[in-house]
Amino acid sequence: MVNLGDFFYSLGIWLQGLLVRAGMSESAAHSLFSALVAAVLPLLALMTAIPLIWLERKWIARLQDRMGPNRVGPFGLLQVFADMIKIFTKEDITPRGADRVVFALAPVLAVAGVLGLWAVIPFAANAFGVDLNVGVLYLVAVGTLSTLAIMLAGWSANNKYALLGAFRTVAQMISYEVPLVLSLLVPVLLSGSLGLNGIVSAQREVWFVFSAPLAALLFLLASQAEVSRAPFDLLEAESEIVAGFNIEYSGMKFGFFFVGEFLHSFTMGLLGATLFLGGWTGPGVDSYPALGALYLILKGTSIYFIFVWARATFPRIRIDQMLNFNWKLLTPLGLFLIPTLALVNRALSESSPWLRSAALLGANILLAIAVLLILGLRGRAARMRAASAAHVPAASTR
Amino acid sequence: MTTAQVIFWVISAVVLVSAVLVVASRNIVHAALWLILSLFGVAGLFAVLQAGFMAVVQVVIYVGAIATLIIFAIMLTRRDMREGGRQTHRWWPLPALMAAALFAGLAWLLTSLPGSGATPPALAGDDHVLLLGQALLTPEQYVLPFEVASVLLLAALIGAIVIAGDARK
Repeated sequence: MVNLGDFFYSLGIWLQGLLVRAGMSESAAHSLFSALVAAVLPLLALMTAIPLIWLERKWIARLQDRMGPNRVGPFGLLQVFADMIKIFTKEDITPRGADRVVFALAPVLAVAGVLGLWAVIPFAANAFGVDLNVGVLYLVAVGTLSTLAIMLAGWSANNKYALLGAFRTVAQMISYEVPLVLSLLVPVLLSGSLGLNGIVSAQREVWFVFSAPLAALLFLLASQAEVSRAPFDLLEAESEIVAGFNIEYSGMKFGFFFVGEFLHSFTMGLLGATLFLGGWTGPGVDSYPALGALYLILKGTSIYFIFVWARATFPRIRIDQMLNFNWKLLTPLGLFLIPTLALVNRALSESSPWLRSAALLGANILLAIAVLLILGLRGRAARMRAASAAHVPAASTR
Repeated sequence: MTTAQVIFWVISAVVLVSAVLVVASRNIVHAALWLILSLFGVAGLFAVLQAGFMAVVQVVIYVGAIATLIIFAIMLTRRDMREGGRQTHRWWPLPALMAAALFAGLAWLLTSLPGSGATPPALAGDDHVLLLGQALLTPEQYVLPFEVASVLLLAALIGAIVIAGDARK
């Protein structure tokens, strides 16, 4: 039987060897191979958007007791291709008074910001674009491109609804970057590595979702807001600001935003799987590393399903609720979580990983109980105030 | 020229040209965009120097935070984001002179420092981020500047909260 061990890695070695035999120098073969990877990886990422859109439409439909796409091809599988052909043939309109260059640049940046994330995701033990030793910080840096893209789209369209959408973007995406970064710090803290591959290797015994469930929850909520999908889709709230930042976009430029959003959501699922669900680790990956890619995609898709589920079930939150939720709950929680976990992790650094994970889980549970208690007391106090405030004027008017 | 030198010259050209365009472009949002490109170029220079951490932090802080807030401030404060006023001030030669003097002074200072121009000793170990972290928290090295900077930032944070806080209380 063919040993699938290190399939991607040996494919790369074989290809580079072939180039060297064809008369290229070692370094030129390496550069050419790197360029090839840099070209294939984003294409692969863009291709995944096609099944994703079908999958999400089907899921949303089932959650809403509908059938979803079912006319074009078996199970509506070809619906996405039909939509693609349609969107390619649409007229590309640039509104009068728009800033043409920036208007065309924004959709490109929106997709580039997502594709950049794929460079550091480890798909299997030896299959990744690059293993940056600052991988987690790189994720934060690339994530800023998407924010920038939406701001530019909103500004350049010369439309007040688009500009309102851009304002909301800044309020939302920049705010939620704080808990997102705080939640990213927890796997870094527990694994002692800023590189994504190091983080995955540190989860061979216990996944971080078990030793730090609160951080995983923070990541889930903050990344949903960062992708700006319902219930956090304030920047394109159709009942308030028509279509938000992308109101003036048509044809393939709109398609870029659309694909970028779907892909961003799935990429966040992959990142969540890498950071908290053990990435490519799973039974049998040591003998068949190619299985790792399958595990990662399965785990990432399950997180993606949670995103879709939340999108289908929660109503859109108000802008003040959105900001309060971030600054008064998520951010303080993250700020308390990190020192707590650091202390517990440090105190038990000599003991077995199982004991340490159990202690970390205990710390998480205690913190969660404390948060729920505080929230309960605050809610009770607010209800009491509201009740007395409603009572007093009623008494004074009589 | 080696490949690294070619990359260095290309990135330097991008940084300098976009820096000039920051002050030369009439549209203030375009100026902010050129600033972002210039800051990306500086991150590229850090990457060429194999200082990956500095490159990424440059993007996170300057592009992600500072440039984004600059654009946001422009969007909130300008009614018409197309600048119609004059680009230059009556007294523009004076700051130009001061900037030139500052540049000459810095260049002189950097070249006259002992050890400038020499190749720095190679760092021990592969994990530069680890070394940086240890250097920032070692008492003999940079823990004092690190803590002072942290206290300054904390004070700024509290100050911002106080200024933005509810005035009715």
